Amino acid sequence: MNELLNDFEQALLAVDAVAAREVFDRWGAENVRSEFLDQIIVPVLDKIGDGWAEGSVSLAQVYMSGRICEKLVDAMILRDPMPVRSHPRIAIVVLEDRHILGKTIVYSFLRSCGFSLLDYGCLGVDDTVKRAIDDKIEVLLVSTLMLPSALRVKDLRRQFDARDADVKIVVGGAPFRFDETLWKEVGAYAMGRTAFDAVSVFAGIEGGAS
Amino acid sequence: MGPSMSCSERVLTAMGHKEADRVPFLLSATMHGAKELGLSIREYFSKPENVVEGQMRLLRKYRHDFMSGMYFAANEIETWGGEVIFFDDGAPNAGEPFITKSSMITGLTPPRIENSNLAQRILKTISLMKERVGDEAPVVGVVVSPFSVPVMQMGFGRYIRLMYEERPLFEQLMKVNEEFCVSWADAQLAAGATAICCFDPVSSTTITSRQMFLETGLQVAKRVIGRISGPTVMHMGAGACGQIVGDILSTGAAGLGVSSLDDLGVIKDSCRGKVTILGNLNNIEMRNWSAEQAEQEVKKAIASAGAGGGYVLADNFGEIPWQVPDEVLMAISDAVFKWGQYPLTWVRDYEG
Repeated sequence: MNELLNDFEQALLAVDAVAAREVFDRWGAENVRSEFLDQIIVPVLDKIGDGWAEGSVSLAQVYMSGRICEKLVDAMILRDPMPVRSHPRIAIVVLEDRHILGKTIVYSFLRSCGFSLLDYGCLGVDDTVKRAIDDKIEVLLVSTLMLPSALRVKDLRRQFDARDADVKIVVGGAPFRFDETLWKEVGAYAMGRTAFDAVSVFAGIEGGAS
Repeated sequence: MGPSMSCSERVLTAMGHKEADRVPFLLSATMHGAKELGLSIREYFSKPENVVEGQMRLLRKYRHDFMSGMYFAANEIETWGGEVIFFDDGAPNAGEPFITKSSMITGLTPPRIENSNLAQRILKTISLMKERVGDEAPVVGVVVSPFSVPVMQMGFGRYIRLMYEERPLFEQLMKVNEEFCVSWADAQLAAGATAICCFDPVSSTTITSRQMFLETGLQVAKRVIGRISGPTVMHMGAGACGQIVGDILSTGAAGLGVSSLDDLGVIKDSCRGKVTILGNLNNIEMRNWSAEQAEQEVKKAIASAGAGGGYVLADNFGEIPWQVPDEVLMAISDAVFKWGQYPLTWVRDYEG
């Protein structure tokens, strides 16, 4: 098991899709294929995300790892039914910016982990509020790159509150990484340093944590 | 103590790895000049005279040591024919990427600087700055590295895939970008810039692994810095460089812009006597700093990197957000004047 975990991690960090597929096939020879998701993909992507937060892994490796895993999961879905996860209604948005990499990484990670979520692309505050309320979103993941966009989360919170919409905002991106108190200042429910942090937030909400 | 040095003398001494009269510092308040003149950010950047006047006022007000010809990083995208989006409270940003599929790289040629209104305004700004300050203060020109500008040209994800999956097209894009970057840097030097700051966040290990950097970004940096006709600072734009600092020494860069993610003292040890370092005040956190916090951060940075010269105190990103209050910038300035006077006798007993 440890060898498979290690080999899969090394394959992803080397951005070697063939080697990653080979690990998947080795797993499938002796195990239930669909369990590759929870037993291998999720812990390895979590570890790679932590590696980025600690500075030992690059963002490019995180991004390419997510892409490789997403393709593997798509291939798995074609062959075997995947476990259905219970989770809140989730959407993800890039707020008032065109830099979509952070959103893409989180979206790809969550899909690879078996979550389904709506992708709003790049939107302003008003459009985000309208769509989230129309879609009855419970958790809104907000990605930002620049400080002004991060500060705009305050307006998002204000508009949801004015409409009595219980939407939990989870923020991520460079401004929140460089100022670890900023997420509280803008009224977010939580901040994600890595994509996996979002999963912990969902678990907390499902478990009734506030 | 003799008469104090001019800004230029102070910076040159520091970059010669000697101690000047005090630690030189650069406050990259590229937008704060608009506040000084009572203009919106869009109005401010619409005329070279505005930027020159704004930066002159900030030079006197903050008593820092540089004039910066920088408008905003996305200005290069306008030259390439792309879209720049203005905001009321932040730096203009690049719009939708104009390379929408990698095959478009095949037909790409470097844009002509003389055809870009924005590039011409920047060149005029630098020229007017040089007229105003003469040799009193260095004027900094700015380029985005050929290795980093594709983030705006084609989007981050598509560019990373190009790096890993389509190396020949990647190399072709670098070739075109290098031609533009060198000509853009040289045009700014010809207009009066003293040195060039080349922003290259993609080279940082926050964005690409050291292995990828050695294969790609390092080679680009060596080629470009070798061709630019003046001293060039390689700036990581808030990305970490601790793992590649030894490699960066081989690029020929005169300086290195360091992130707050890095240990300034460790980077200084690696660069001592070879490359001047700039940094690394946290430009996002400083928005909420008190005067006391600002003083402590300045002390910490000077204690880490000030001794022996080869250090310019600056922020970690190369652009101070619009939201950072003047009081904080004034407090940083006061602290440099208080704690940055050479010799730094207090550093021996500094415990942070």
